Amino acid sequence: MSDFPERANVVVIGAGIVGNCLVGHLARLGWTDLVLIDKGPLPNPGGSTGHASNFIFPVDHNKEMALLGEQSADQFRDMELSVDSGGIEVARTEERMHELARRMTSAKAWGIEARMLDPAGVKELVPFVNEDVILGGFYCPTVSVVDSLETGTTMRREAVETAGCRVFANTEVLDILTEDGPNPGDRTVTGVVTDKGTIEAGYVVIACGVWSNRIANMAGAMIPLVPTVHQMADVGPMDILAETNNEIGYPIVRDMDTFCYERQSAGSMEIGSYGHRPILHHPDEIPSNEEAALSPTEMPFTPDDFDDQMETAIELMDMLGDAEIKYAINGLLSLTPDGMPCLGETPEVRNLWSAAAVWVKEGPGMAQVVAEWMTYGYPRVIDVHGADVARFYEAECSDEHIWSRAEESFNKVYGIVHPQEQWEERRNLEVSPYFSRHEDLGAMFFQARSWERPQWFASNADLVERYGLAEREVEWDNRWWSPVTTGEHLNLRENCGVVDLSSFQIYELEGPGAVEYADYLAVNRVDVPVGRSIYTPWLTMDGGFHSDLTMMRMAEDRVRIVTGVFDGGRDSFWVRRHLPTDGSVSFRNITRNITTLGLWGPNAPAVLGQLTDHDLGQEGSPYGSIIDIDLDCGGVKVPISLFRISYVGDTGWEVYTDWDNGPALWDSLMLAGADLGIRPTGGGVYGSSGRLEKGYRLMGAELESEYNPLEVGLARPRVKAADFIGREAYLAAREKGDPEIAVCTLTVEDHTDGQGRQRFMMGGNEPILTPDGDRIVDSHGRVSRVTSAGPGPSVDRFLLMSHLPTELATPGTDLQVMYQNELYPVKVASTGAVFDPDDSRMKG
Amino acid sequence: MRILVCVKRVPAPGARINVTADGQAIDTAHLGFTTSPHEECAVEEAVQIAEAHGGEVTVLTLGPADAEEQLRYAASVGAHNLVLVPIEDVDWDPQRTAAALAAAISGIEAAEGAFDLLLFGNESADAGGFQVGVRVAHALGRPVVNGIKGIDVGAGSVSARREIDGGFEVYEVPTPAVLGVREGINLPRYPTMKGRLASKKAEVVVVGQSAEAGGQDRVRLHRPVEQVSETVILGEGPDAAAAVVDVLEELGVLA
Repeated sequence: MSDFPERANVVVIGAGIVGNCLVGHLARLGWTDLVLIDKGPLPNPGGSTGHASNFIFPVDHNKEMALLGEQSADQFRDMELSVDSGGIEVARTEERMHELARRMTSAKAWGIEARMLDPAGVKELVPFVNEDVILGGFYCPTVSVVDSLETGTTMRREAVETAGCRVFANTEVLDILTEDGPNPGDRTVTGVVTDKGTIEAGYVVIACGVWSNRIANMAGAMIPLVPTVHQMADVGPMDILAETNNEIGYPIVRDMDTFCYERQSAGSMEIGSYGHRPILHHPDEIPSNEEAALSPTEMPFTPDDFDDQMETAIELMDMLGDAEIKYAINGLLSLTPDGMPCLGETPEVRNLWSAAAVWVKEGPGMAQVVAEWMTYGYPRVIDVHGADVARFYEAECSDEHIWSRAEESFNKVYGIVHPQEQWEERRNLEVSPYFSRHEDLGAMFFQARSWERPQWFASNADLVERYGLAEREVEWDNRWWSPVTTGEHLNLRENCGVVDLSSFQIYELEGPGAVEYADYLAVNRVDVPVGRSIYTPWLTMDGGFHSDLTMMRMAEDRVRIVTGVFDGGRDSFWVRRHLPTDGSVSFRNITRNITTLGLWGPNAPAVLGQLTDHDLGQEGSPYGSIIDIDLDCGGVKVPISLFRISYVGDTGWEVYTDWDNGPALWDSLMLAGADLGIRPTGGGVYGSSGRLEKGYRLMGAELESEYNPLEVGLARPRVKAADFIGREAYLAAREKGDPEIAVCTLTVEDHTDGQGRQRFMMGGNEPILTPDGDRIVDSHGRVSRVTSAGPGPSVDRFLLMSHLPTELATPGTDLQVMYQNELYPVKVASTGAVFDPDDSRMKG
Repeated sequence: MRILVCVKRVPAPGARINVTADGQAIDTAHLGFTTSPHEECAVEEAVQIAEAHGGEVTVLTLGPADAEEQLRYAASVGAHNLVLVPIEDVDWDPQRTAAALAAAISGIEAAEGAFDLLLFGNESADAGGFQVGVRVAHALGRPVVNGIKGIDVGAGSVSARREIDGGFEVYEVPTPAVLGVREGINLPRYPTMKGRLASKKAEVVVVGQSAEAGGQDRVRLHRPVEQVSETVILGEGPDAAAAVVDVLEELGVLA
């Protein structure tokens, strides 16, 4: 084709809902010189968009998915390519009824109209439902049905008309070109080779749905997703549907306990299933447009897998039994190892972006996210740390891992998933040097991305009796929790505890430019004396949180970065992405070289004092300092770095040593502390109860890119002179004066539910409400919701954290929290720590 | 009326049909399987006749064990009895197929009584040999007509129609008879959900048969060179009108 371009600023690969909306949003943001290509024909090139059921249930427990779903639904509405059909999730079991109550809570959090229905109420809206097999329903009138193909066409046309976007269908990508950058491992995308010719490109965006990983692999990048079958059958005709003279005249029904939905499509019903066995395909097994009998992602139907779904569908709607199966497919969609999309620049290749694993229901919103990210350096519409493609560790990107997780998660699409639910398979991928010791101690491991961390230790069960603790009354609240964790907390406050922190992700910057570069990343000053550390936010270009972490000045030209395991992928990429190109700074990931133990509690100095003669008081080891000493571990000299800091609010240290020295260090500490009450202590104390009592904010919970340091109480009195990412926006925010919101710790004043049971919130975005039951929303549309929740054993209260408007952020303010669709009184306790607010235990 | 329909499990391909590297088979890695369209119509016709005149429909296939899928599909649209003549998954030649089918049919008839009507598809969708129905009829000594697009059942005979240029040929055939049916004779129904579920419970009778290979050998399959057509966009909107007129004149379709 003669007009095939030789170069373009941006090449977007994939003209499904995401690629089309992406070029539209890029055009709106002022981008020009865009090219959109797809290997299939338009308007339906044969990807997952072409066979989507095209409905949006806006309520999701996950904030990113809920708000981007809403954002997408509104974009479809704005184009008048959407109908509010309403939708009902029906329950066949008591357990599901509880889940629907939880849905009501999330609906309230996100401001989505919803109500519970009894079986008769469901039948009133959907007269062909058999009310005898259901216990009730969750009705959401703003469930919508959209025209995703026409939306894509409209957005693409807008890009063509306003930004001159050039569109090439039937154009297959054969390779992605890259070139090496100045830093080791640094590569930049330079173009796309297609069967119509090669295009030089400044940016390449992969929006290829189920094919995305294959295309990314061409450039040496990873977009960990797997094409997964979702079976769907179109059955009909049925008079009651045809008589509506409408594409959709009845609310969509999700039969949640059978993992199945029924959605009217004119005179027929589409039955979709997430209940069959997981059926996964390698991208190479997907036929081409020419080879496919229907389309590439409409794979041959395997009827045996669908029979159970038919039986249960007929149970719910008897009329379906006599309906003819006119069309049935094994439709392909994308699943990722953690169920979240893959958005953002790929960490392997600069300017190669991913907009993948996005379903129709989030398509326009997520396309906007990526367009903003490319434009401003960070998304503005919402924080998307959970969808950032850089979040994955290498162990999460293998086919074995992706497939295993997809197999395990497929039947959870409509499942009841506890906020703390742990994976069954692919465990022990990365373990600390103490792993076997922890197994012997009966550790309950929680997996943080690929890393195993003890949450509590069965060996501490005696503490339950010692402190008079009890299991929680309701199984859901007790699931993935143990009173042992409260025992470990109280013991740490009374004696001491040792916490495995080996999953800390540790990086080092080294070279003549290391300190200057470190300062460029951080809000607070990194250029401190050698041996000092700082805690600091890293900001986005817009002045919100990208990270919060610790930076240590290890030497004149060496800075260590210690960050949490949930943020390591993103933080490592952030560092490498902004690394100077003049060779003045090198980056190293030393996570696997160094192990960390937290030793805290009033007896911690006495325990450590048995292994060293060094002055462990605030003189010899001041708060915030790092000192290098040797410990005598049973006659073996073990060099360690002692960092006096605490995330749990008691005196003590993070103790760093070489990975191989870990077991000796552990054994010596446990031996030295045997008569001083030392106990292995799990993440339930470190990440939850200890942290909450101190009011420490957590990245991904209280800290997100939507919030700046002023709004979360982490602004320092002055701003350093040196430039840093987000400085301009941060200064502008400071100029505006007092922030509109503050992070508060609240206490639950009464835990009693309508049945007289004691209930405990999960920290899963439960809405904080006024005494009148109204939602609390700030001028930016940010809602007050529970970002963290857990016991505060040392203050004898259950604690919640939430962002609140400053007028409500006063201790003593009475508010309410909704949990499982019931209201509980809460009281604002503090904007800081509720335990030892002057830090005397840590610093005294 | 006792009707037997013979069907064949065939791949359901897209526009491009790939051949395995050894040239001996269609590459079915990405493909689903179906019943040859002519045979799907034959099943529908048999079911309609049985519904109108009473009787039973037996569907028989010679094929791999997986061909049970096509038998159950037939049951889901109304067939009563299912018979599988299992073979290894390599296609048998038409003579061998016909010999095995004739033997199997004779065996069934000996046990359960003669069929009034044997229906075949005019030709299979994959091999397209046009032979099996005729060979079976010959082996059983029954009259056969191919290309049938209409069947009327009478007493002791059937009236069978086939299209010719400008009209129909109509054959009065005494039963028992063999007819080769063409697509278009009817519009086959889709299975209902209940039909599909009931078909899962239907019994599949397995009738083992062996037969000597016939004289036809497959040398190799060959995929013809694709016809590539070029699309030229003449313009958009009213501006394109003049160019369209030019093309139409060039084609000589304008007076």
